[in-house]
Amino acid sequence: MAAIDMKNIVKKYGDGFPAVNDVSIDVADGEFMILVGPSGCGKSTLLRMIVGLEDITSGDMMIGDRRVNDLAPRDRNLAMVFQNYALYPHLTVYENIAFPLRLAKAPDDEIDEKVRAASKTLDLDEHLDRKPGNLSGGQRQRVAMGRAIVREADAFLFDEPLSNLDAKLRGQMRTEISRLQRRLGITTVYVTHDQTEAMTLGDRVAVLKRGILQQLATPRELYENPGNLFVAGFIGSPPMNFMPATVEGTSVKLPFGAVQITPEKAEKAAGRGLLIAGIRPEYFEDASVKTDRAPGSTFRAPVDVVEWLGNETYAYIPFEAPPEVVTQLRQLERDLDGESLHTQLVVSLDGISRIKEGEEAEIWVDGSKMHLFDPATGENLTVDRDHAGRILEVGAEEVVAG
Amino acid sequence: MNRARNALGTGVGFVLILVWCLLPVAWIISLSFKSADETSVGSPQFLPKNPTLQNYRDILDNPDFIDALRNSFGIALIATFLSVIFATLAAYAIARLDFRGKRAVLSLALAIAMFPVVSLVGPLFDMWRTFHLFNTWPGLIIPYMSFTLPLAIWTLSAFFREIPWEMEQAAQVDGATSWQAFRKVIVPLAAPGVFTAAILTFFFAWNEFVLAISLTSTTSSRTVPAQMSFFVGPDPFNPPYGQLATASVVVTVPIIIIVLLFQRKIVAGLTSGAVKG
Repeated sequence: MAAIDMKNIVKKYGDGFPAVNDVSIDVADGEFMILVGPSGCGKSTLLRMIVGLEDITSGDMMIGDRRVNDLAPRDRNLAMVFQNYALYPHLTVYENIAFPLRLAKAPDDEIDEKVRAASKTLDLDEHLDRKPGNLSGGQRQRVAMGRAIVREADAFLFDEPLSNLDAKLRGQMRTEISRLQRRLGITTVYVTHDQTEAMTLGDRVAVLKRGILQQLATPRELYENPGNLFVAGFIGSPPMNFMPATVEGTSVKLPFGAVQITPEKAEKAAGRGLLIAGIRPEYFEDASVKTDRAPGSTFRAPVDVVEWLGNETYAYIPFEAPPEVVTQLRQLERDLDGESLHTQLVVSLDGISRIKEGEEAEIWVDGSKMHLFDPATGENLTVDRDHAGRILEVGAEEVVAG
Repeated sequence: MNRARNALGTGVGFVLILVWCLLPVAWIISLSFKSADETSVGSPQFLPKNPTLQNYRDILDNPDFIDALRNSFGIALIATFLSVIFATLAAYAIARLDFRGKRAVLSLALAIAMFPVVSLVGPLFDMWRTFHLFNTWPGLIIPYMSFTLPLAIWTLSAFFREIPWEMEQAAQVDGATSWQAFRKVIVPLAAPGVFTAAILTFFFAWNEFVLAISLTSTTSSRTVPAQMSFFVGPDPFNPPYGQLATASVVVTVPIIIIVLLFQRKIVAGLTSGAVKG
């Protein structure tokens, strides 16, 4: 087992475009690190550079104390699970798992012992004699993991391992991977575009956009203190609401009314003119079901669409935004691989709420958890730097904060 | 109604094609069991009147034929073996690597495959005499390889392209060298392609006549198709049809056996289950 330290890693392809641009990530020994971002953000390229399937243009890749930039994949002692599993179809499950050991010329009884141990861990005992072609998606996934754990590798690398599974199985396998990693205590780097996997699995999460590291922090820090508009929009489901805002004293003027914020936040955002306010859907509540009188503001707004899910209700409230904010939000949507047609507010209400479509409802909002972003740079003006990990600085190289 | 008509049409077409293809074969087999008296009459009937194994006894006692059979097997097997090895390596390079002139190599290979064999006989004859390759096994193996390699390379590179690259990368991450990844993962997966290429090469070498008759002079290297043209018998107006037919049957049998053996290997979809399905 070993730590993986990426120092100023750059990957440029033939056309000179940097797919990965000056990324530095330190993965501690035994840590579960997630690389997350929309498609084309360079996360898979970064993973393939760790394992040695892509050349590194510049920077240092350290595994343990060794600089591995020029080592072949087989000399790096890493185990990888591919997106499409890459099982060997001509070999049985047993031989698939034994493959790395056979290459290492391990004695037969040792191979047998290790393969059986791995198959027991992954509940594959009854499938050992079958060929991968006869297995279900989840079983193939487990065989691919078996092939990884049977070796005493320094680290596990996962390249979107769950993206080919259906939703239910994905949830189960996610738990399984998490349990396995905790038990083996092995350094893990996991690539995904799914923010749920990123939040649930990772000790820390590195959010990438177009080859640049946006923020490196724990899931909680990312959620509560996103460093910029991109991270704020990427982490969380349904995503954070963004709307135009102007700060006057400790009150923020939003399209549907004024909301009170804390003096510290107001001070950071004072005198900046038109800003973008970000409030997560769950910081809203139906005022009529809100029993505890927590501090906050209420406003009345027409509800466009209601989605009742049983435990909670999503209500959609359309609003008008000035053109400069709309442009910025459109750009953000494109960065997030999404496509938003309306500027609208998504609020998550208690399931017992009786708000109906087309009605005007009274909504309560917790303004203290609001973030304010600079519309030009996307920078989060109200971020708590002591609890935000490492953030990409606007207009400068990254600096370590906190 | 429509379905019944379809089934009927399929059946009739099937029978027609079978008769068209197999009637000559049946005729040869039937001839091989006829005595010389029977084949020399003006219009012999289809089935032999008095089936006899005499033709088989005669041909297997004929040392020239046995030599030719040995040459055929030796030359065809060696040509196939070498051709498949070279083709596998070349096709892998073409499928995997990006190098300058890849297109040129592929089109040149195709051009060679289309080159008429006859036009090479003269120059090869002169060259082989100078190089002392005339009337030797290598003298036939080399041209056979050069004519079968292009097709083998094309077939195999198509197969290699179908194999997901991740397989090989997974093997490398698992600790394989490039050569081990190629041998333990890529070649087994390309097995149907390798067998296809091998069979095509073997057929070409086994059936080839023009080079075999031109570049050989004795039974030390003459193959069966060439040797059969020397089966004239004592009477030039009465060739030994029975003997010729028997020889044909004897050289066809190995081909049929090979096809039946490898038919199961040439199954598509060996890679199914390798990646998500």
